[in-house]
Amino acid sequence: MAGAAPYSDERAREIIAAHMGLEGPALPILHALQDEFGFVPESAVREMANALNISRAEMHGVVTFYHDFHSAPHGRHVLKICRAESCQSMGAEKQANEFLARHKLEWGQTTPDGSLTVEPVYCLGLCAHSPSALYDGEPIGMVDATTLDEIVEEASGK
Amino acid sequence: MTRIYIPLDMAAVAMGADRLAEAVASEAAARGHQIEIVRNGSRGMLWLEPLIEVETPAGRVGYGPARVKDVAALFDAGFLTGGAHPLNIGVVDEHPWMTRQNRVTFVRCGVIDPLSVAEYEAHGGFKGLKRAFELGAPAIIEEVTKSGLRGRGGAGFPTGIKWKTVADAPADRRYVVVNADEGDSGTFADRMIMEGDPLSLIEGMIICGYAIKGSKGYVYLRSEYPVVAKVFQAAIEKAREAGWLGRNIQGSGFDFDVELRIGAGAYVCGEETSLLESLEGKRGIVRAKPPLPAHVGLFGKPTVVNNVLSMATIPMILEKGAQHYADLGVGRSRGTMPLQIAGNVKYGGLFETDFGIPLGVIVNDIAGGTRSGRPVKAVQVGGPLGAYVPVSLFDLPFDYEAFAAKDSLIGHGGLVVFDDTIDMLWMARFGMEFCAIESCGKCTPCRIGSTRGVETIDKIRNGQDVEKNIELLKDLCHTMKFGSLCALGGFAPYPVESALRHFPEDFRKPALEAAE
Repeated sequence: MAGAAPYSDERAREIIAAHMGLEGPALPILHALQDEFGFVPESAVREMANALNISRAEMHGVVTFYHDFHSAPHGRHVLKICRAESCQSMGAEKQANEFLARHKLEWGQTTPDGSLTVEPVYCLGLCAHSPSALYDGEPIGMVDATTLDEIVEEASGK
Repeated sequence: MTRIYIPLDMAAVAMGADRLAEAVASEAAARGHQIEIVRNGSRGMLWLEPLIEVETPAGRVGYGPARVKDVAALFDAGFLTGGAHPLNIGVVDEHPWMTRQNRVTFVRCGVIDPLSVAEYEAHGGFKGLKRAFELGAPAIIEEVTKSGLRGRGGAGFPTGIKWKTVADAPADRRYVVVNADEGDSGTFADRMIMEGDPLSLIEGMIICGYAIKGSKGYVYLRSEYPVVAKVFQAAIEKAREAGWLGRNIQGSGFDFDVELRIGAGAYVCGEETSLLESLEGKRGIVRAKPPLPAHVGLFGKPTVVNNVLSMATIPMILEKGAQHYADLGVGRSRGTMPLQIAGNVKYGGLFETDFGIPLGVIVNDIAGGTRSGRPVKAVQVGGPLGAYVPVSLFDLPFDYEAFAAKDSLIGHGGLVVFDDTIDMLWMARFGMEFCAIESCGKCTPCRIGSTRGVETIDKIRNGQDVEKNIELLKDLCHTMKFGSLCALGGFAPYPVESALRHFPEDFRKPALEAAE
């Protein structure tokens, strides 16, 4: 996240062009755009609509359907906390609510210093080690309040 | 040179396997020991992860759960020759968890280096494909049909019949699509096979492609599995380098390739038609059936959509013959089911066994009861759309029909255990909330019904016209079950109805709000 490149239409067009040989290239392009820029800017959506020869409305519909793609930059780090049933069986809901309250956050919000965005996730497949979380793509099993607080601290220090 | 196994499995990594592997490597270097670390899949004894295995003349000796802080002591104890240590669990293959299983789909998982084509072949890999090339397409489909294999994604549709439908559909192109959008809480079998034995999935896809005369296969993987994406992509490349993918596979004249596609966090894309829309680059909106994907699938072409486990089981069926597989299981549930034991359990993990094992044996005996030590209250079987099963039904045998007869489903084989602290009204509410978040929005019962469900449960929770609202909730569940387009809206009522049926007292606690 920290290494997100500044947006340019030219770079977006390059990324789009690199995927045009694929069948049904929209999702691979969106992932590549978000990997590059940290989010999917409105102008990139316009470039995609042009390249794929569909309306901007239709393209907008695709981008907004998926939880993963976001139209504004996230925090420099992202913490995804699992809310699904298995994690709930080990008290994840209470733990997450207390964590959010402690840091004055709501689901989907970013800390005031812009260092960490906290999102819910519905199952990471780590259900024998509930509760679980994913921090910048790194899985964490049997996560507790201390670990969660340490992540907030670590994120803000970088 | 001592061979050491430390899993690359995402659950093992979540418990520190990467750091452990580094620590073992540097400690060995510091002490001058010659070791080779193989990053294998998980054996499925997830409570022991990260599990280090050391190859010794007596067999592979396990140490787990091992942490970085244990590394020096393990070396001191002579673990490189299987030395005694509190973490020593003995020879892994002789562990009761392993000896009680019948591993068919998972026979290589955790055993081999998942990214070594040579090891895969040494353990029976590609034998099924070689036999398939000899048999020819119609006989392959015949074998799959005779084996009795049913789709392991949840619906349990006979795999052979699906393949035959696709093969018989007139078309210039046909596709093989693997559904690896394993979104159900409490399930991780697809993930484990793709990390622990990815080549079995690739081999299954090639066999399928050959049988239906398709040349392209897609694997649609959920984005919540970043470790799988890395491992599976590497496996595709290894298979291609070794001539098992691409043009003229092993001189057979058959061309086939596999491409990995990553989803984007939409649960509904685990529904096959929504998945196809997503692969095509559209919103993951469910399609009305008919036409079936077998007739009009990806890009309008006849398409086999199979779950990871179904596809990864195909090579073994071709290798050993249909009868071998059909001889396992009970009634119409043939073969084995990889159970995924999760939630509040002492021993969570993957346990592959013949169909028919009673639920109570799985929960109390194999899983060892709850991790919290409190009594079990309910087990949710089959993911977020599966029913909550009470302890009074623990003699229920694990098979498709027995569960269906009790208004439950086995789904993808996931079991989430809850202790007596769980509030079933809250879980019912969560079921509806989840459906509201993940609904694709195409049909009204699912889109609106789920939101109305949350509201109605909130009224019950607040003690407002409780009996009247419970009746309303039941009516709403009925509408969703029979009026929804796909299994998301159609099955979301299962957890709610089962909670109402088996735990009525949790819906009649007027003091709940006041107590909070």
